[in-house]
Amino acid sequence: MAAAEVPHDEQAFLEYVQAGGQVEATDWIPDEYRAKLVKFIEMHANSELMGVLPEREWILRAPTLQRKLALTAKVQDEVGHAQLIYRVVEDLGKPREQCLADLVSGKSKFHNVFHYPTKTWGDIGVIAWLVDAAAIISQKALLKCSYAPYARIMKKICWEESFHILHGRDVILALVTGTPQQFELVQEALNRWWPPLMQFHGNPIPREEDPMWQWRIKSQGNEEARQQFLEGYVPQIWELGLTVPDPKLRRRDDGVWEYTEPDWAELMHVVTGHGPKTEERLAFRQRFLDQEQWVRDVLAA
Amino acid sequence: MNELLLGLADDELIVGWRDSEWTGIAPLLEEDVAFSSIAQNEIGHARAVYQLLTDDADALAFDRPLDEYRCAPLVELRLLDWAHTIARRWLYEEADRVRIEALMSDADPQVAGLAAKIDREEAYHRMHAELWHARLRDEPRFREAVAELWPYALGVVTPEQRAELARRVGLDEVDAVERGTHTDELAELWDEMTMVRRSAPAGAQW
Amino acid sequence: MSEEVWEVFRQERRGQPMEHAGSVVAPDADFAETWAREQYGRRGESVALWLVPRDAIRDVEDWADEFDLKYRRVDGYSIKARLKEARERASAGTG
Repeated sequence: MAAAEVPHDEQAFLEYVQAGGQVEATDWIPDEYRAKLVKFIEMHANSELMGVLPEREWILRAPTLQRKLALTAKVQDEVGHAQLIYRVVEDLGKPREQCLADLVSGKSKFHNVFHYPTKTWGDIGVIAWLVDAAAIISQKALLKCSYAPYARIMKKICWEESFHILHGRDVILALVTGTPQQFELVQEALNRWWPPLMQFHGNPIPREEDPMWQWRIKSQGNEEARQQFLEGYVPQIWELGLTVPDPKLRRRDDGVWEYTEPDWAELMHVVTGHGPKTEERLAFRQRFLDQEQWVRDVLAA
Repeated sequence: MNELLLGLADDELIVGWRDSEWTGIAPLLEEDVAFSSIAQNEIGHARAVYQLLTDDADALAFDRPLDEYRCAPLVELRLLDWAHTIARRWLYEEADRVRIEALMSDADPQVAGLAAKIDREEAYHRMHAELWHARLRDEPRFREAVAELWPYALGVVTPEQRAELARRVGLDEVDAVERGTHTDELAELWDEMTMVRRSAPAGAQW
Repeated sequence: MSEEVWEVFRQERRGQPMEHAGSVVAPDADFAETWAREQYGRRGESVALWLVPRDAIRDVEDWADEFDLKYRRVDGYSIKARLKEARERASAGTG
């Protein structure tokens, strides 16, 4: 992208990205765009990293060698995604050490779903099948991000996620065709994860009012993403004989899914650091960051 | 032979389990990704060796009582600090190499072939261990960790192989912590490792 | 930690060009290699990698484009109309 082509004027820049234009790390970008971009991308990196913690316990408990290997590889991908995404943030000027410090201090955020506990192997299936699915929908919408370095790594991320969903589905199918207790494991996990899943894509702010859409950082509004998730996955859930714990959930004739309004106050409460597992997980991360600082110091010498 | 192979498989399974404990909390993200590949390779090696010994690798890996595992105490230790972890990685790879080289000239072509495959993959583990060893070898806490774990490392190989291991590592041979008794740490590990599997009847699918 | 950024280029299959894939932060070439191998090759997605310290890369992004240079580009040539006329003349001549 020739530097001359990216306008150095905020209004012109806005029109440029809204017409599909992309920018590189070396281009001029408005301060507001930079601020919003860093916050958004950093939250994504934080989420990938925090998502590792609930799943890693179950690597250690995986009931077969195949599942152990698959789950290890899946979680490895997530750490890898965190690396890719933090690199983008670093190239925008915020050092990784600062990002990690802000994460553990609670100054920066991560997605709601990673503030919740995992209680059974059923959770592992539900997370890989449905939480990852919800995330992939958002990630696909980022492939067209106006900030090209981020759009490019999204391509690698989406490619790697493709086996995650298959793995998740495979875990779920083994459980729902197993013993009645194993079926119940899935249903019980689904009951717990449904509310955070419905909150995951964010409140239904019209995309014209969403700065992420205005700057074309996201190419899809929150409600659009949620509808895509419901359209793709509720039929999959129902066809297995599982129930969704929302009596209002139904698909209208015009294709729009109706559902019980999620608790948006709860979402805000959780992402601002008050989820059931937030403090414990951040403290865990802090402990190892502190403990292994000497390693980073040795490498820097 | 079965005991040797079972010991190898159990070592790889348990050290793979220990190495997986670093998922998400390694000192650097780039290292976290690399370390996870090592753990996966180890589990993969365990699986391949179990498959030589039985039709049901999962049953052999997970359904034995504690006292039937043949792993060496070195791999059982819970070492959630980087100096000890790398010390173990480095020592374990050296010990493993000695025993794998012996297995590569095994009379059974299946065993020899598998040992050769494992050796080729472990070349990358050795590269990784050597990289870290070079950086940390002058750090007091690393040297202390090596000294502490050295008797355990000797217990990974047979008595006949210990002189060679000592020569390669550049340390004097000492009394080994032998296979045959398990640490308390293994009991805790086994409990967590098998809790999901034990929650369903034997033969349940996962 | 010593902030050396290593750019990673990867080749997907033999015969394909090297493409920029991303970057790793590493204290030296050996660490960069070990880590890039995993980040850009653990799924068998690359047959080769190039690792280059970011500082070694010279970034070139601007060209002068002041005068009409279409004479030396494909889009400077529109032959349809003249070709049609030439063909018509040729068939009229033999008709």
